[in-house]
Amino acid sequence: MALNADSKNPVLVVVQLTGGNDFMNTIVPYSSGVYHDSRPTVRVSEDEIIPIDNELGFYSKAAPLKDLYDQGKMAIVQGVGYPDSNRSHFRGMDIVHTCEPDAVGTEGWVAKAVRSLDPSKKNVLTCVNIGRGLPRAMAAPGVTVTSVGNLDKYGLMTGLNEQSQRQRAIDLFEKTYVPVMTEGHEGVVMDYLAQTGRDVLEGADRLSSVPAGYSSAREYPDTAIGQSLRDIARIHLANMGTRIFYASHGGYDYHSNQVPTHAKLMNELSMAISTFMDDLGDHGAREEVVILVFTEFGRRIKDNGSGTDHGSGGGSYIIGDRVKGGLYADYPSLDPNHWEDGEDLAHTIDFRGVYATVLEQWLSIEAVPIVGGKFEQIHPFN
Amino acid sequence: MLDRHVEDIAHLMRRAGFGLTGLELESHAGRSYDEILEDVLHPERFPAADDDIYDRYQGTVDEHEVHSAGLWIHRMVHTQRPLEEKIALFWHHVFATGMSKGEHRHSSNRQIDMFRSVGLGNFRTILLELSMDPAMLYWLDNNENHKDQPNENYGRELLELFSMGVGHYSEQDIKMAARAFTGWTFKQPIPQYTQGSYPAEFVFIESDHDDSEKTFLGETGRFNGQDIIDIIVKQPATARFICRHLYNFFVADEPQVPAWNQLPPGDPQAIDIMTQAFKDSDGEIRAVLRVMFSSDFFKQAKLRRVKSPAELVAGVLKLVGTEPVPASDITRYSAATTFMGQILYDPPSVEGWHTGHEWIDGGTLTERVNFAVDELADKNRIGVRKIIEALETQGESLSPSELVDRGAMLIGALHLDSVTRRALIEDVSVDGDLSLSSMGDSANASDRIVSLLQSLVSCREYQFA
Repeated sequence: MALNADSKNPVLVVVQLTGGNDFMNTIVPYSSGVYHDSRPTVRVSEDEIIPIDNELGFYSKAAPLKDLYDQGKMAIVQGVGYPDSNRSHFRGMDIVHTCEPDAVGTEGWVAKAVRSLDPSKKNVLTCVNIGRGLPRAMAAPGVTVTSVGNLDKYGLMTGLNEQSQRQRAIDLFEKTYVPVMTEGHEGVVMDYLAQTGRDVLEGADRLSSVPAGYSSAREYPDTAIGQSLRDIARIHLANMGTRIFYASHGGYDYHSNQVPTHAKLMNELSMAISTFMDDLGDHGAREEVVILVFTEFGRRIKDNGSGTDHGSGGGSYIIGDRVKGGLYADYPSLDPNHWEDGEDLAHTIDFRGVYATVLEQWLSIEAVPIVGGKFEQIHPFN
Repeated sequence: MLDRHVEDIAHLMRRAGFGLTGLELESHAGRSYDEILEDVLHPERFPAADDDIYDRYQGTVDEHEVHSAGLWIHRMVHTQRPLEEKIALFWHHVFATGMSKGEHRHSSNRQIDMFRSVGLGNFRTILLELSMDPAMLYWLDNNENHKDQPNENYGRELLELFSMGVGHYSEQDIKMAARAFTGWTFKQPIPQYTQGSYPAEFVFIESDHDDSEKTFLGETGRFNGQDIIDIIVKQPATARFICRHLYNFFVADEPQVPAWNQLPPGDPQAIDIMTQAFKDSDGEIRAVLRVMFSSDFFKQAKLRRVKSPAELVAGVLKLVGTEPVPASDITRYSAATTFMGQILYDPPSVEGWHTGHEWIDGGTLTERVNFAVDELADKNRIGVRKIIEALETQGESLSPSELVDRGAMLIGALHLDSVTRRALIEDVSVDGDLSLSSMGDSANASDRIVSLLQSLVSCREYQFA
């Protein structure tokens, strides 16, 4: 459901949990005997549970998310996955980035959404990635994504002090980053560099004004994800016309030593999101924003004595003022007879249905060509 | 404009090392390609890096990858054995191990040292060393792979990412490989505080090893880890997989690894030739590299690879010159590659880095250009000074086109597209000929040379290896 015509365009913030977030230890089936018995080492104990009902509860390190849930602003999508879930990070992440479980996809779903949102490439800031290196979700031929490592010092030739000298260098850069006549792959890459170079010039021009225009009473946590969400807030509040933001939170591949790692990550993530929401709220710029949190797979039901191995059946979270909070899809069955391959949570909703939900119901763009088919959606928006 | 022989040598040294400056290239011009190649393939003919210098000046730095990475880049710049560092970087790409998990610098450094010492040798030895390497064992949790509770992380990646690639084994084979490596672990090092940091040592714990019968890739026996490696190295899939990796790293950009069992190589004949060399030599990496670097497909692959951030940073630093003793701000180098998308010693995951044009996006292109421009700004840097001096001995004056062509040669025989060359000449022409006579304004001349060098390293062609 799009916003009214007289208000701002809907904005999507995608947060990627890299490595495979353990859904069972985030939204915990704390009263289940199977959960208890399967996880002698990494089990979340009852005193670390903030109950949702008498079966499920938040892990206490994610308490700020529970607050959002209680305010009715967080949809928990349970049991997200796909048939024959791939356990390799490589393929697993590629699949959830490209929506192509059976072939090697070259186009990311976010990039394809950008193509729909801005088909004539009017705005190089339609999609902004915060971080270094572009996740495949945002890569597709001909799609411009601005990737910002350091918002406070973004632009070309910033080391040339004299303005006239810098301008001359930029002019020359513009003249040399042009399409070439070379054939084959080499020419394609040369042209890709040319386009990237020209996009940088344009994006930098516009982003240079952002930091000075921002002020906030909120202090973001000094963590990578905290600072990434702060950069997103700064750009969003500067009205650059960005429709999709992307940030990554890494470190979830806890085959070992999971308990302290998971605690730290849940705390970082939930503090960052909660500060971000408060900051946008202070500035009256929150209603138009929805956050989608996703990961490449869930983890094995049984722990391995220290951590958990790659599994399936993960979770996604959709957060925002316009979200109708609650539990969506079904929690995967814990009955061992229903385990996938005898050891994994069986998914109850396809990840492509989750993407389709935000694409069609939030961004109002057609999902079928982006996610590669029709998948069951949920209805988490007011 | 550029001599073909010099261009070939420049190409070889960019791929087998971190590039040579134009002046270095000119000193090699009288030697044959094959002679230079044999030197490259035999690092032991040249003195090793002086580890004492690193210990003396950087011995007490904290346990963090930025220091190790900064020192590694310093070695790339100063080594007389470029291929030793390059092959270590290659294996670091393939056997991607992250220090961020263990935060044990000794183990990570030893792993890279191991790549230096066996990286050009036999692939069986390399896999065996890898399987006994504490950094790897910890990274993929083999220290938690127990007889009564197997952890299949190492077994899976050994097959999927380190040797054969998906499609050539079953989930059952993974489980068997994991069981064969039970008991392969390391001794806990002495706690860092208060004694300081100590290395971890490999240990095989027989009582924790599953000695039962296993069937792996169709063979049955009471396999231990080295038996698994023996079976792996004789698989045709292994020879091909490693050769594709070598081709992708040294010759021309290929699609990313997950595509390999579905997309054929860009140059199937090249992969066949390399695979044959692998088989003929029983997996000697040096032999494969000799065939590869000597081939026409290699010499024709100029501008077919985007430089990795490590290659770009080391190349720029080689050009401008750095002190042989590592400076205290050495982490600046590792920060630079980080901003360009490559944290040495800390790949994003066991899958390693996505390479080729995937190195480039708006953010990383900005970092690459700005780093190179900033480094070249100081005309007192020894490398910059040498280039200025070399140009000043060219005669009374240089026309704009002479200046651009000579500059492109001096930064390492950089081949310029005609559009780029024309734009550069046009830009230089604004200030007319470069006057080098003693009567001329030499400060102005050197400023103009620096500006030209900055333009050259900003152009697209410089982004390619």
